[in-house]
Amino acid sequence: MIDWEYSESIESAEIVSIKKKYANYIGGKFLEPKSKKYLDTISPSTENLLAKVPLSNQQDVNSAVNAARIGFETWSKISPSQRSRYLFKIARLIQERSREFAVLESLDGGKPIKESRDFDLPQVAANFFYFAGWADKLDLSWSTKSLKPYGVVGQIIPWNFPLLMLAWKIAPALATGNTVVLKPAESTPLTALLFAEICEQAGLPAGVVNIVTGDGSTGSLIVNHKDINKIAFTGSTQVGKLIQKSLAGREVGLTLELGGKAANIVYEDAAIDQAVEGVVNGIFFNQGHVCCAGSRLLLQESIHDQFISKLEKRMQSLRVGNPLDKNTDIGAINSKEQLDKITNLVNEGLEDGGELFQTQCDLPGNGFWFKPTLFTNVQPSYSIAREEIFGPVLTTLTFRTPEEAVEIANNTEYGLSAGVWTEKGSKILWTADRLDAGVVWANTFNKFDPSSPFGGYKESGFGREGGRHGLLSYLKASS
Amino acid sequence: MGKVINTTNPSLQWSDVLEMINDSRIDSVGLNERVNSLSTRSIKKDSKLDALNMIVSMCDLTTLEGEDTEGKISQMVAKAIKPDPLDTSISSVAAVCVYPSLVSIAKEKVSNSNVKVAAVSSYFPSGQVPMESKLLDTKYAIDSGADEIDIVINRKAFLEGDFRKVFDEIVALKEVCNDVHLKTILEVGDLKTYENIRKASIISLVAGSDFIKTSTGKLAIGSSRQACYVMLKSVLDYEALSGVKAGIKVAGGIRDSKDAIRYLVMINEEMGSDWLSPNLFRFGASSLLDDVLKQIKKLKTGAYQASYYFPRG
Repeated sequence: MIDWEYSESIESAEIVSIKKKYANYIGGKFLEPKSKKYLDTISPSTENLLAKVPLSNQQDVNSAVNAARIGFETWSKISPSQRSRYLFKIARLIQERSREFAVLESLDGGKPIKESRDFDLPQVAANFFYFAGWADKLDLSWSTKSLKPYGVVGQIIPWNFPLLMLAWKIAPALATGNTVVLKPAESTPLTALLFAEICEQAGLPAGVVNIVTGDGSTGSLIVNHKDINKIAFTGSTQVGKLIQKSLAGREVGLTLELGGKAANIVYEDAAIDQAVEGVVNGIFFNQGHVCCAGSRLLLQESIHDQFISKLEKRMQSLRVGNPLDKNTDIGAINSKEQLDKITNLVNEGLEDGGELFQTQCDLPGNGFWFKPTLFTNVQPSYSIAREEIFGPVLTTLTFRTPEEAVEIANNTEYGLSAGVWTEKGSKILWTADRLDAGVVWANTFNKFDPSSPFGGYKESGFGREGGRHGLLSYLKASS
Repeated sequence: MGKVINTTNPSLQWSDVLEMINDSRIDSVGLNERVNSLSTRSIKKDSKLDALNMIVSMCDLTTLEGEDTEGKISQMVAKAIKPDPLDTSISSVAAVCVYPSLVSIAKEKVSNSNVKVAAVSSYFPSGQVPMESKLLDTKYAIDSGADEIDIVINRKAFLEGDFRKVFDEIVALKEVCNDVHLKTILEVGDLKTYENIRKASIISLVAGSDFIKTSTGKLAIGSSRQACYVMLKSVLDYEALSGVKAGIKVAGGIRDSKDAIRYLVMINEEMGSDWLSPNLFRFGASSLLDDVLKQIKKLKTGAYQASYYFPRG
């Protein structure tokens, strides 16, 4: 018997060249910010400075919206098949440069290279391919021909899947004839700026895609801009509510994809070993920075002890560390701010009386890290059972009957996703029918496909992204 | 039923088997996903050399042919003791595996080395004979000096649903083996489904097998990492029930070092380092060893060497 340690297997960062300072991408040009101000973007796994990006102000947002308005004149008039060709070209270019994007995503955001390489980038390309296919078939998508693009769409995206959220937003918007002003998250702007290069490479007409970086103030300028026709936002419920208030009374379209506190229901007749895997994937994928993460484990009482013991053992085999190591399962927490939020909620959980299990592992000295964490003995009233933690923290609740499972699952302000684990098909259907969640996964979790609509109920937002329904988020009935 | 069976763990009963096999729920989509995800581990540098050395020490060199002769056995044993005569840092393999009639010759050739002699018995590979013959076959191998016995389960009874018969036969063969190490071959290529592999694993383990083994190597479908995964989960559940750590041998179709390393990763991450030992994990693959030796040479010298640099086994 030996203690077999895996040697480091580091994906080389040399494939991507990071500039010291970036510019906004407006009207097909890379423009210095008129604000003259910049934000630092760091690598959360080392806290090293990666680059400076514009902190865009009102003038910058004005230029971007104007450019998008001019771009709309061209883009809405070219033939749908030409739009389709541009999107296909973007998809292929992303595939060609996917390693570069994957490395940059892991450096800037902290997620393991295994995930950016095997999940994010293939999904990004798939979304562009999928919506490229719709661009010249919109008359087949919905039965009316009186649907028209909104015009200029403002898109504000989060830091958990920076490039994938960009793809979810830009691909359907462009396919339906809109032009966009997109603001990536403050802590993860770099892949969006690299995407601007792809737009150039693809020869996309000027002004069709505009990318401005900044913080919340920049986002608010986009939302409140008078010449914006629609806002698409993915992020926290708190900010989503602010946006909705700002837009009240204005003729601006809105879709919101917000928080979640998904129940992952494991019945006693589930395939236990695979359910353990699914629960691990549900909460520890992308450090738990997933709006549809299965953050509430609902266990049938009869299998509680057996399941928890298998789960803890499995969690112990998760490898936490350098995101660029190909064997890393859990990377860095995206920011200091997020780490503090997770830490505070976990402390509250302990004070409330939750029982804590954390894996034993060494964490790197620099950067932001949190050990994979499991809470048992949790009551539905604890904040860790109600609030979105958005980190690698799983909360366990128990139930006795299917009725009770559904009641607990729906006992939340959110309704984005849910999971059901049982080998009995009829029970899957019975449960799924009763769950208020935009997506219900059965005997799996966190599965995505561009053809499948995604979106929430209740405070998880409204509007759908992906699939035929995703097109409707960027089309409005014309008079 | 309910009578206490004489197994490694005497407290277990047939009712325990029934309870466990009725609980054999496996989701094949999820299982494949997990196995595939483990296969993306990137094993480089020192960890690769460690793995390759482990694989050598876990290998059972095997010849199970009608054409086997004393000469062939001598060749194989010599290779088993010193897999690479030019590199003395490489350990001998775990065992040689032969038919019962060749056990005494193999035993004489391994003499004082660490290499064990395993015999396939119970009318390997089909097992289609009366129980008396299986017992006789096994007894003969043990009397000839076998250190380990590899038996096959009664697939006829298993596929007919007579699990009790499968169980009783293993128990009876275990009694003959006594302290001699018993490996029970499930022949996963005949069982086909993951649920069947799980049931056969549980039956074999509770009946007292020291090891469960995937395949005879005589079918087109040999071992797979998926089958191994089902078996290792069964071994862990059996350990949780009985406290006994049983071993696993994968055999048939393990082509090269890369594939073998993927098995080790799975064992390491699912079972832990206790199982990274020839006492609890074995590879049965005659052609695997030469590829492993080549890869070791490549890591040490930077160059691949032609097959003729490695002696025949």
